[in-house]
Amino acid sequence: MIPTPLSTGQKTLRLLLIGLVPLVILVLFLWAGGWLTPERLTSDKLVSVLQQAGGEHPGYRRNHAKGICVIGTFASNGNASALSRAALFAPGDTPVTGRFAIAGGNPSAPDYAVPVRSMALAFQQKDGEQWRTGMNAMPLFPVATPEGFYALQTATLPDPATGKPDPQKLGAFVEKYPEFKAFLAWAKQYVPSSSWASDRFNSLNAFRFIDKTGAAHLVRWSMVPHAAYQAISAADKNNKDFLQQDLQQRLNQGPLEWDLVITVAQPGDDGSNATKVWPADRQTINAGTLVLTRAVPQQQGPCNDINYDPLILPDGIAASDDPLLNARSAAYAKSYNLRTHEQAQQTGTHL
Amino acid sequence: MKHVGYFHPALRVIHWLMAAAIVAMLFIGVAMVATVSSLHSLLVTIHKPLGLMILVLVVVRLWLRFTTVTPALPSTIPAWQRGMAHLSHWALYAMMLIQPLIGWGMLSAAGVPIALGGKWLLPPILPVNNDWYAILRPLHTLVALMLFITVLLHLAAALFHALVLRDGVFASMSGSRRR
Repeated sequence: MIPTPLSTGQKTLRLLLIGLVPLVILVLFLWAGGWLTPERLTSDKLVSVLQQAGGEHPGYRRNHAKGICVIGTFASNGNASALSRAALFAPGDTPVTGRFAIAGGNPSAPDYAVPVRSMALAFQQKDGEQWRTGMNAMPLFPVATPEGFYALQTATLPDPATGKPDPQKLGAFVEKYPEFKAFLAWAKQYVPSSSWASDRFNSLNAFRFIDKTGAAHLVRWSMVPHAAYQAISAADKNNKDFLQQDLQQRLNQGPLEWDLVITVAQPGDDGSNATKVWPADRQTINAGTLVLTRAVPQQQGPCNDINYDPLILPDGIAASDDPLLNARSAAYAKSYNLRTHEQAQQTGTHL
Repeated sequence: MKHVGYFHPALRVIHWLMAAAIVAMLFIGVAMVATVSSLHSLLVTIHKPLGLMILVLVVVRLWLRFTTVTPALPSTIPAWQRGMAHLSHWALYAMMLIQPLIGWGMLSAAGVPIALGGKWLLPPILPVNNDWYAILRPLHTLVALMLFITVLLHLAAALFHALVLRDGVFASMSGSRRR
């Protein structure tokens, strides 16, 4: 069958349509990727502002750049298995690859300069599933949302003229994000400890434990140290790497231990706001003991290539509706892609 | 050799199923790496099983493509256009096959469990290795962009056949035999 010929007008219209369809799809694609909405917060913007603050250090994490790898085991006592069906909460041992770090993007920052410290852990279950968690040695997060985090990073960037953050910008930030005041109040009275081993590390974000019946329980968790707190000393303040040296020395004498303590929310407790601490009377469950036996410098260590994405969770643990979790996951992935690429370039293996 | 006017019905079904899946996948991919909203984890959760589905479908499709008779292009089409048509089709097949494998490989190299939902995991196809990840991760983006551009060109060419040339090429994939 031979189709009737098209008039010139018909042909022009149809050609326009043929051009228009792919063009519309292309525009939608660019929009989905965030290229047409520069004011929208993306993982790229989060990572670049961290890079501005900490400087560019190819091959290192964009935040918590300075750290050390640790290896150990989580010995579960089974207490948490009533709340979560995750295999690692059944009685028994699960191998753990962890990392201690200090906040900030500078891998050679003096330890004393950064009061906020972190512990990241990857639990490797026998069934192939993993639990990855990044915790911080503070009781609450400074801001409740990714937008707040971005604004905080932007407001605290050093002013090129003075080399210090602009107090006016910081003031404007606090006015817009008053939740930050709780963190400021904590930071003011906080005296850092002399050791990662005596720090208590907190999940800050809430998660949901899923039990065997499928019921969800809103929780937060903490790693509570067995080692006693000792305030940072005058000598520590002059030693750039006192945390790493202290950890190595302690591990030479024996393993270091923390209890994994799960805090269970009560109805009405907010799981979507990491700036709000739940009341102190909430039920807690000691789920077992983390035993760290060995430390390895991060460049050669097994933690270097681990992305401690807080959304890599085994069956039995799920995300809450805390908006920071998605932002952390997206930004960690971006940082991971950048640094693994840079590391490969440094060793000569790259595309 | 037998002459046919249409692709095998199963190939036509798979073609349109994959068209929808691949376009969705490209949009999911570009959105999930950019967004910091709650869409991020939702899209990541969809991306992996959908990628596996595309891989399975493309294997079935290639098998059907090699075992069924396909319609010849009309003789009115100049030789260079035939060349382009064949080249773009094989490029599309190659990318549809290799892209899910790159994704699977890069997640294996990253040491990440590849969750398909619930307790279902895909086994790793590469050992945990930073160098492999550093090669495969940017390659995954590159192939996605090439696939996206080829899909748009394929779409424009198909529309050109359907609306201007009206030579039966579009109908060979879209149509059912008119009685």
